[in-house]
Amino acid sequence: MSAVAVEFKEDYLQAYRLKSWLLTTDHKRIGLLYMASITFFFFVGGAAATIMRLELMTPKGDVLSSPDAYNRLFTIHGVVMIFFFLIPSIPAVLGNFLIPLMIGARDLAFPILNLLSWYILMIGGSIAIGVLIFGGVDTGWTFYTPFSTMFSNTMVVPAATAVFITGFSSILTGLNFIVTIHTMRAPGMTWFRLPLFVWALYATSLIMVLGTPVLAIAVALVAVERLLHVGIFDPALGGDPILFQHLFWFYSHPAVYIMVLPGMGVVAEIVPCFSRRPIFGYKLIAFSSVAIAVLGFLVWGHHMFVSGQSMYAGMIFSFLSFMVAIPSAIKVFNWTATMYKGSIRLDTPMLYALGFIGLFTMGGLTGLMLASVGIDVHVHDTYLVVAHFHYIMVGGAVMAYLGGIHFWWPKLSGRMYSELLGKLSALTVFIGFNLTFFPQFVLGYLGMPRRYYEYPAEFQVLNVLSTAGASILAVGYVLPLAYLLFSLRWPPDAGPNPWRASGLEWQTDSPPPVHNFEEIPIVTRGPYQYSPEGAEAIDGNGDDASR
Amino acid sequence: MWNFSLFPDQASTIAKHVDALYFFELGIAGFFTAMICVLILAFAARYRRKSTVDRSNPPPSSKTLEIIWIGGPLLLGLTMFTWGAILFYKMYDPPADALEVYVVGKQWMWHAQHSEGRAEINELHVPLGRPIKLTMTSQDVIHSFFIPAFRMKQDVLPGRYTTMWFEPAKIGRYHLFCAEYCGTNHSAMGGWVYVMEPVEFQQWLSQAGTGASMAEQGERLFVQYHCAGCHRGSQTVHAPRLEGVYGRPVPVQQGKEVRFTLADYRYIRDSILRPKSEVVAGYEPVMPSFEGQITEPDLLKIIAYIKSIGAKEATQ
Repeated sequence: MSAVAVEFKEDYLQAYRLKSWLLTTDHKRIGLLYMASITFFFFVGGAAATIMRLELMTPKGDVLSSPDAYNRLFTIHGVVMIFFFLIPSIPAVLGNFLIPLMIGARDLAFPILNLLSWYILMIGGSIAIGVLIFGGVDTGWTFYTPFSTMFSNTMVVPAATAVFITGFSSILTGLNFIVTIHTMRAPGMTWFRLPLFVWALYATSLIMVLGTPVLAIAVALVAVERLLHVGIFDPALGGDPILFQHLFWFYSHPAVYIMVLPGMGVVAEIVPCFSRRPIFGYKLIAFSSVAIAVLGFLVWGHHMFVSGQSMYAGMIFSFLSFMVAIPSAIKVFNWTATMYKGSIRLDTPMLYALGFIGLFTMGGLTGLMLASVGIDVHVHDTYLVVAHFHYIMVGGAVMAYLGGIHFWWPKLSGRMYSELLGKLSALTVFIGFNLTFFPQFVLGYLGMPRRYYEYPAEFQVLNVLSTAGASILAVGYVLPLAYLLFSLRWPPDAGPNPWRASGLEWQTDSPPPVHNFEEIPIVTRGPYQYSPEGAEAIDGNGDDASR
Repeated sequence: MWNFSLFPDQASTIAKHVDALYFFELGIAGFFTAMICVLILAFAARYRRKSTVDRSNPPPSSKTLEIIWIGGPLLLGLTMFTWGAILFYKMYDPPADALEVYVVGKQWMWHAQHSEGRAEINELHVPLGRPIKLTMTSQDVIHSFFIPAFRMKQDVLPGRYTTMWFEPAKIGRYHLFCAEYCGTNHSAMGGWVYVMEPVEFQQWLSQAGTGASMAEQGERLFVQYHCAGCHRGSQTVHAPRLEGVYGRPVPVQQGKEVRFTLADYRYIRDSILRPKSEVVAGYEPVMPSFEGQITEPDLLKIIAYIKSIGAKEATQ
């Protein structure tokens, strides 16, 4: 199934004109378009976070001129990071690029729809940036009613429009993936020969398709109440504010899994490759992805334990939240077991993946405290929640995204990056991250509420620590941007398979030819053909991999 | 800045129970985090590419192991769930003898009203060793009444009443926060809770103010808003009498059916603001709506008055 070496083959990066990018229907190019756009959004959201952390260095408001400015910052940070970075991150960049390559297809099922999805994200993103420039919005990314519908004097409707439009990008991408995975697998690529990354994205796509419409409905109703004063959520108009929370979290809790499931998929590719061992318990990991997608739809009420919902509803949602933790625990144990008796090398992608496992484990276990309804009464809406979900979304999803980018960079660019700088960045991110967010667990249990512009003086030490960590984290994020771009100065040198990985995507050239494979491969085995024996011999060949 | 703590005061009776479960879960979190980290580091060291260790016959999967790591987390999860749910149950139902305080949240302040008549802003004075029940509502957006030292929090919603209760266990002054983002000055919406010796609390209650209890103030409003004109017996308007109505089932006309509904805070509030929605069987829907005319604190006083005439009736 390895591609035959041909003298000259045009790779997908060969055309340079702007038009060839903006009108491309090549899934690989669209992946790169997404990568460029979400990198921009990531640094916009990151800039907002930076200013917030500076403001929080002191208990009194001083960096920013008013609490309104702070409220707008955390709102734009949340909206941009969630809807314009995390949700598209791994699915739209790596998923787009890799799914056809991994299943032995020439493209996604609907290439034009795929391009349209990117344009939709761009339209939504432009509106979001417009909102940021022309005054901002101060509702928090959660748009809680009736504040958002009847009280906020900011650009709620434009922001809701941005979220509404962007949702369709997500729905169409999910649809595209589902159809592609069902119908375009190469001969012999059975469901249980699919890489676990594909399983994870399949589960993610289900959530995108089924959950996103509910979010669209929720924000559309916010706009209706705000513009037309139809009583939906505001009790003064005869509405129910809790209804909004149900609709919002019905999407937004599963959305957490949209952000982290793909990361789990990335880790399941990296760990076997750098341990030279087949993944431990393939089927259980595959099924646990689907279990997370299904159970993830049944736990939204754990965001509402103190909202005024009934005590019994609270207990049921608490129970279901503990159940959804189990498939995640299975994955962590299986990844760890994969390393047993392996032949392990700690290259940059592996460092990121191991960082993911550690931070995701901490994020998940602190989630248990939030799922325990008796504790949640105290810690709900405090910094403990902030710390918890950043461990999942930044420690988890962003680490996995960076790990994936480093792992597949040779494939998508044809180049290797400086391994030394790569390791340095992984380490910097890990240390900076922990220093930023660990103090927030302590702050949360002490009782510091989230979304606070000013706070009592006794919380200052921990806040200063957190801000110090954020400055290290920022370095860790800028570093890869620099050396990855820098690697493009040289001609492609990575070779088709620098990591000696066994997935189908590594059986074609780097960068891949326009149509991915010269001949559609016939698949005769599973995705993780690794063995620790003879791994050192591979190193001899692979040393050019680490310039 | 250097005056800082790492753990909150335990100033209510429930606090130590919450902390016990918290430490249990912290222990579990610490144990599993340490286990995973140690395993990863140990494997990465022992099975590093260059080492010559035994790597023969690693299992591709293992039913036994997988059953252990499904069953283990399941058992621990069920333990944590049950413990947390029991705790929540205790937090939910106030004891019958609780002292009642009424709280109204609005952008960006807390208004607390004691039954004896004294009201306060951004402060709450409570006696040591007595269960306190708060009945809360909001005049505008959603707020959340949060006292970290008591480990208690409850969202405060416009248009309905939520309750929470606690029993202060330690004399002192504790932070009161708004925990649900509510707009510009969200972070300034808070103040202090003072736990006092019961004797001092009684003195505090009787200081200042008009001396009129909440129910007495409510009666004045009852007359002022012309409720009394019809509900105390009128020659021209046929309106239900309100003595003894609080806490009893009321027959409500629903189309052709009559159904009973409990005359609680919600029902009385809705009957004042939206009188046509639940009309008592046998009466005409003639009462005008008072929506937007009575403030939330005044509504609470009127309900307190209606409640008090129920109590008088019952003792007769």
